[in-house]
Amino acid sequence: MTLDTTHREAPNLDAPILEAPNREAPILEAPILEARGLVKRFSRKPDIAMRLLALAGRPIDRRTVHAVEDVDLAVAPGEVVGLVGESGCGKSTLGRALAGLHPPTDGDVLYRGKPVRELTRAERLAYTLEVQLVFQDPYASLNPRRTVRQTVGEALAVHGLAPRGEIADRVEAALAEVGLDASYASRYPHEFSGGQRQRIGIARALAVDPRFLVCDEPVAALDVSVQAQVVNLFMDLREKRGLTYLFISHDLGLVRHICDRVAIMYLGRIVEEGPAQALFSDPQHPYTAALVAEIPDVRRRKRRFTPIAGEIPSPLAPPPGCAFHPRCPHAMPVCRETRPALAPVAVGRRAACHLHTAPGASPAAIATTVGVPS
Amino acid sequence: MSQSPEPVRSEPVGLAPAILETPNRARILARLRSRPTARGAAIALVILIAAALFAPFLAPHDPYDLAALSIFDNRLAPGTQSMDGPVYWLGTDSQGRDMLSAILYGLRISLVVGLSATAAAATIGTLMGLLAAYVGGAVETAIMRLVDFILGFPTILVALILLSATGRGVDKVILAIVIVQWAQYARIMRGTVLVEARKEYVEAARNFAIPGWRIMLVHLLPNALAPILVVATVQVASAIMLESTLSFLGVGVPITEPSLGLLIASGFEYLLSGEYWISFFPGLALVVLVFSINLVGDRLRESIDPRRR
Ligand SMILES: Nc1ncnc2c1ncn2[C@@H]1O[C@H](COP(=O)(O)OP(=O)(O)OP(=O)(O)O)[C@@H](O)[C@H]1O
Ligand code: SF4
Ligand SMILES: [Mg+2]
Repeated sequence: MTLDTTHREAPNLDAPILEAPNREAPILEAPILEARGLVKRFSRKPDIAMRLLALAGRPIDRRTVHAVEDVDLAVAPGEVVGLVGESGCGKSTLGRALAGLHPPTDGDVLYRGKPVRELTRAERLAYTLEVQLVFQDPYASLNPRRTVRQTVGEALAVHGLAPRGEIADRVEAALAEVGLDASYASRYPHEFSGGQRQRIGIARALAVDPRFLVCDEPVAALDVSVQAQVVNLFMDLREKRGLTYLFISHDLGLVRHICDRVAIMYLGRIVEEGPAQALFSDPQHPYTAALVAEIPDVRRRKRRFTPIAGEIPSPLAPPPGCAFHPRCPHAMPVCRETRPALAPVAVGRRAACHLHTAPGASPAAIATTVGVPS
Repeated sequence: MSQSPEPVRSEPVGLAPAILETPNRARILARLRSRPTARGAAIALVILIAAALFAPFLAPHDPYDLAALSIFDNRLAPGTQSMDGPVYWLGTDSQGRDMLSAILYGLRISLVVGLSATAAAATIGTLMGLLAAYVGGAVETAIMRLVDFILGFPTILVALILLSATGRGVDKVILAIVIVQWAQYARIMRGTVLVEARKEYVEAARNFAIPGWRIMLVHLLPNALAPILVVATVQVASAIMLESTLSFLGVGVPITEPSLGLLIASGFEYLLSGEYWISFFPGLALVVLVFSINLVGDRLRESIDPRRR
């Protein structure tokens, strides 16, 4: 359980920093990456017009986007955890916060059991490099003015992770690992197709020997034929390198296929989380049930689920109580007032719905959800 | 995957659409050539720059050599032959200086001031804008306040005040122009970088713990430079105009190194007596110079801005 020490100065993580976290749900292995009570809000800076209006007596409208609210999520080494939810529900923000790109507004990200904000400089560098991102847009995620070699080798050179003379070899090895020819190293991104660019982005991550990949809709922008190749590449890498994944996706069919565990997000919160097969075959939250009802059958696989009926409430003003209540066919009076906690509902499964706890309510109703009326 | 390169071949190189936002040099040149006015301007510009560059070889006289001036040759009309033989094709000024030579050397000074002031202002402004956009916070506020402050006054006024404090001199004029012009680059650069920094490759760089200075200089700067280069071409023209105006007003370059603006001023008092050439020819050179720079700059802007293609 120590960080990899073959290529860089060894951060002293030999000390037993991995006490088993105090959790309700049993987890067999200590998590590699974990969010605890994670909150990320974006507040708008008042611009000049707003400040002028404030001088004239109008209160400043400091609207805050509640992108991620009180999320607990633990990922064990070697797991593939899917993160699913409608557009704008905070998936990317959660993924980036876990990768260390967004400092949390509140709560903690723990890497190998240790809060990221308490890491020493060397540990922080190790964490930053070991948790890598794969982006959705294969065009924006590569600097158009840098060759493949410069892009893939940059971190190696900047952090001295490999001797100067070996960087070219390491770049070629990373390219080979993603199925790209070594001769591509001196080319520029615009010479490649979307799928190849995505491979370059993966090679860039692999070059620093990551342990955890946050994949933010990594195949959504690719042609359907290419999607499968890139997904297979991820699964190959999982085998060969023992990588752990947080896999953000709109494609429920894909998530069901490749993920061990799935977390469903709604308006900044996780509303259900559990093993992929169980979660899809027997949803414990009406929102999950509605999503599952929308999964197209395998033969005419659609790339994205059609958003279920009803407006997605604004993350600027989440509804009180259960955020899903305006769209939920099972909503009860209590749903409008009290927010249901994300609590264990079965072994290894958690859901946030009053149907599990409210007197007189029965979770059996969840299974009857086929779609959500508007 | 590494053993079977098959799937990769199914995505042939070159099918990706060419990047639209980075027009290549050949395309820019082709566009310059496709417009007769821009083409004429480019040719005029090349001639003027070459003339300035080779002034010592082209000029019939050395306008700085006061000993060679003959007071008997003063204010001769264009085309007059001098007592020692050579023809004053553009006439002479009140001290008997050959106007053609004076203009060639004046062009030199105007161009040197314009180009070096622009280069310095663009460099400073670009770095300041980059810093403001990437670092944000108090640094951004401080830099942008200063920018707003400088841009809030008419350029000529600020330059006049600065020069009245420092006195004349080529270096002082350059300094004054840099002080009034860097702010514009900073504003443009900040806007461009704010957009560029949202792209995922910058996030990727941050996720590799690439130091901020490196993200700014290696990643953001090259990708945010196109608008700066376009503005800089046009700004060379306004730097030259500013220098000429300041020199015309008598606070710019010293009389010992007359620029076009100072030459115009030196002939001004004789305009009414019909000795137009002392002011007219330097003025003509200035107009052609500024106009051709602007035309070329505009064309450059059009070829870089995809909306105006
Ligand atoms: N840097 C930011 N500044 C302000 N608001 C932001 C920022 N990043 C995200 N948000 C807001 O936070 C909310 C969640 O955004 P996020 O990108 O995490 O959603 P998402 O689930 O990834 O959506 P999508 O499926 O469209 O990618 C959105 O309302 C978004 O507008
Ligand atoms: S808590 Fe109430 S509104 Fe929310 S999902 Fe459960 S039943 Fe529906
Ligand atoms: Mg997203």
